[in-house]
Amino acid sequence: MRDFARRFFASDIWWSYKSSPLVVVASIITAIIIFSSVFATYVAPYNPFDLTQFDLMDSLKPPVWMADGTSKFLLGTDDQGRDVLSTILYGSRVSLLVGFFSVIFAMIIGIVVGLVAGYSGGWVDAVLMRVADVQLSFPAILIALLVDGVARGLLPKNSHDELAVYVLIVAIALSFWVQYARTVRSSTMVERTKEYVQAAQVIGLPQPLILFRHILPNVMGPVLVIATIQLALAVITEATLSFLGVGVPPTSPSLGTLIRVGNDYLFSGEWWITVFPGVALVILVLAVNILGDWLRDALNPKLR
Amino acid sequence: MSLLKIEGMRVEFPSRRGSIVATKDVNLELAAGEILGIVGESGAGKSTIANAILDLLDPPGIMPKGKIFLEGERIDGLSLDEMRKIRGRRIGMIFQDPLTSLNPLQTIEEQLVETIVTHLDVSVARALERAIEMLDKVGIPDPAIRIKHYPHQFSGGMRQRVVIALSLCADPDVILADEPTTALDVSIQAQILDLMRKLVKETGVGMIIITHDMGVISDICDRVMVMYRGDVVEVGTTQKILGNPDHPYTKSLISAVPRPDKRIDRFPLVEYIEEAGVAHKSIDVKTHWLGKSRDFDNSKSEFLVSVKNLEMRFRTVNSIFPSKRKYLRAVDDVSFDIRAGEVFGLVGESGSGKSTVARMISGIYTPHAGNIFFDGADLTALSSRKAVNHYRRQMQMIFQDPFSSLNGRMRVADIVAEPIKFHKLASSNAEVKSIVNDLLDHVGLGAIAAKKFPHEFSGGQRQRISIARALATRPRFLICDEPTSALDVSIQAQVLNLLKDLQEELSLTMLFISHDLPVIRQVCDRVAVMRDGKLVEVADSEDLFKNPQSDYAKHLLDLMPRLVSA
Repeated sequence: MRDFARRFFASDIWWSYKSSPLVVVASIITAIIIFSSVFATYVAPYNPFDLTQFDLMDSLKPPVWMADGTSKFLLGTDDQGRDVLSTILYGSRVSLLVGFFSVIFAMIIGIVVGLVAGYSGGWVDAVLMRVADVQLSFPAILIALLVDGVARGLLPKNSHDELAVYVLIVAIALSFWVQYARTVRSSTMVERTKEYVQAAQVIGLPQPLILFRHILPNVMGPVLVIATIQLALAVITEATLSFLGVGVPPTSPSLGTLIRVGNDYLFSGEWWITVFPGVALVILVLAVNILGDWLRDALNPKLR
Repeated sequence: MSLLKIEGMRVEFPSRRGSIVATKDVNLELAAGEILGIVGESGAGKSTIANAILDLLDPPGIMPKGKIFLEGERIDGLSLDEMRKIRGRRIGMIFQDPLTSLNPLQTIEEQLVETIVTHLDVSVARALERAIEMLDKVGIPDPAIRIKHYPHQFSGGMRQRVVIALSLCADPDVILADEPTTALDVSIQAQILDLMRKLVKETGVGMIIITHDMGVISDICDRVMVMYRGDVVEVGTTQKILGNPDHPYTKSLISAVPRPDKRIDRFPLVEYIEEAGVAHKSIDVKTHWLGKSRDFDNSKSEFLVSVKNLEMRFRTVNSIFPSKRKYLRAVDDVSFDIRAGEVFGLVGESGSGKSTVARMISGIYTPHAGNIFFDGADLTALSSRKAVNHYRRQMQMIFQDPFSSLNGRMRVADIVAEPIKFHKLASSNAEVKSIVNDLLDHVGLGAIAAKKFPHEFSGGQRQRISIARALATRPRFLICDEPTSALDVSIQAQVLNLLKDLQEELSLTMLFISHDLPVIRQVCDRVAVMRDGKLVEVADSEDLFKNPQSDYAKHLLDLMPRLVSA
């Protein structure tokens, strides 16, 4: 273990990490956000979804540094008297869960389809890519709505709320895989003609082995970058779906729902209800994006 | 006064582990109407000089020391704007690859006229006239019509002529040519070199040619500067350098060039070569894994590989009606036999179909028609994966481009171990490891190489890794597709020696593909000449070189560069 730690601190990845202050800051921020949302029960001052803990009398209190603010609620309260800081912490739980898992799920589908289409060419490629094109011509929201509607029809009614998050993940993943598939396909078509792939063919390796052991690591660069951008999109799509009433139940709102709800109060002066969740979302997305960009370069042995 | 003068140029590339010094203390002078060759192997700093002159060093390159004078005027450290007036206008550039140095979306006219109007104070109509004049000068027929064409409508050699016209059109004082003929076939190379020499003498510009090819130097240069790892080791007239060099590095460089005139047993081992010092721990192949327990019978028949009426077509125009489809015949009715234990050469210019033949034999392409027999079995008739793999294992391939033939994301140990593991040629992981180490040792890399990634190695070392990987299936038949054409001459000599040794030790049969006749002569026992997909001549190697039968073979032999200038 100590040996491993020593090797890690001597490695180029660690060197490239610590020599970029931006990446260090981004990773610390991401870690803080993930930590505080996972342990929201302990970190947050209140549990905003426990009806006994909030009071309508506290509603629409501004943040602490404004004239009417109280130190009870650092970032103010919403229309029902819930602490905004606590709702953000609890809300980013749902957002992160949906964001990460839908991205991973979409990535897996997209990579497999892209690799197979790019490597096989011919009619396999044609069929898979036309499917992708058809899907691309519908807005992601529409597909997610469709998946959600189908799921609601199939699942028993009383389990809707529990399963809502999983349905969301599947719905978002199924509408996002096309991006990965297209990118992976075009990189695969380039890699396929390189001689290391021919060398693998001459050795006699079967196609799946060539695809996953040889080509996949060489096409991952752009995929990681798309993934970080998609993470943001997934969080936003989840917000939209929740706003339309097909996402997570209002009793455990996500970051996106908070922004939507706060929107109504934006023009009546209570800006903090929507701005703080928005800022949290922007910081999260930016930090993950910087990390993804760095990871792409750090994992490339040539750029070390 | 000299046209271009460089004093004490030093170029550095700072990096994590200290600065890399690309050139140490370069001094050079170029007179008008003179062609100076800069020769050296990759990494010697040749191209760095050209880039530094134009202030186009790749970041993070810097020039901490040195002065550059153009007609007595200092040009290093000029502002971006002032430098832009010198690039193209007073110093022209010719790049290596004519495929990428022209904009494919613009006609030749647009590119030439734009350049002329930018640099010279003339009207568009006058610029067009000048452009046509230039095209005529570089030997493009019907220049007034051809100027309307796009780059893809020209062949490689014609395109390089256009690039030359482009570099000359602003009437520069100096032309820097970086490997101007490396991407071209021999016959076209000769024409382009002639043209460049003629133009330099006519217009009186000074030209610096950067090349790794001694043949180019001997054809065109007045003076030569030899570089080794950033140092200038020798400067002199072409005759002096090629005929009677002083410096041992120059001598070794010249001795490593394959001789076209006679066959020698081995290339001389020379000092000054990156890998010459590596201790070559050889293994006794009689007892080692590599040599023992071949689970296939050795040489049942006289011919190990036979190819009968092989044909390969690539579809160029597709249609739902089979009769409307158009094909390009890359390989057309090719038949030959390779005897067990011999080295069979396949020679031809680019596009002659030699690589396609190799890829069909190794199973990467499926032939359109014809049969391939390996040890008596018809490979084209086999359908089950298992049966095919049995034969695949017995033939391996070494590829041309050492930079793309190794998976950059895998460690060398994994690359070499993969075929052993896949074909289950070793019983345990520990055995695989020791075999991999032995193999790497045997090809002259040393077992330390196993832990590294391919990009940490030079071209020649990567080619050794490729060879180790090919040997890892214990093949009987090795296909070498231009294995040394991407390598420096000294490295090429080392790799060819290694292949020769391995061939003898393991009694391998080899198919050796090359466009380089001297190399073919040094390596092959029998040779087949290909042109436009057809076999032109098959003969014993010595017979072919002494007494070629077909006109095409004679033509190729005539174009062979001779080192010692007459």
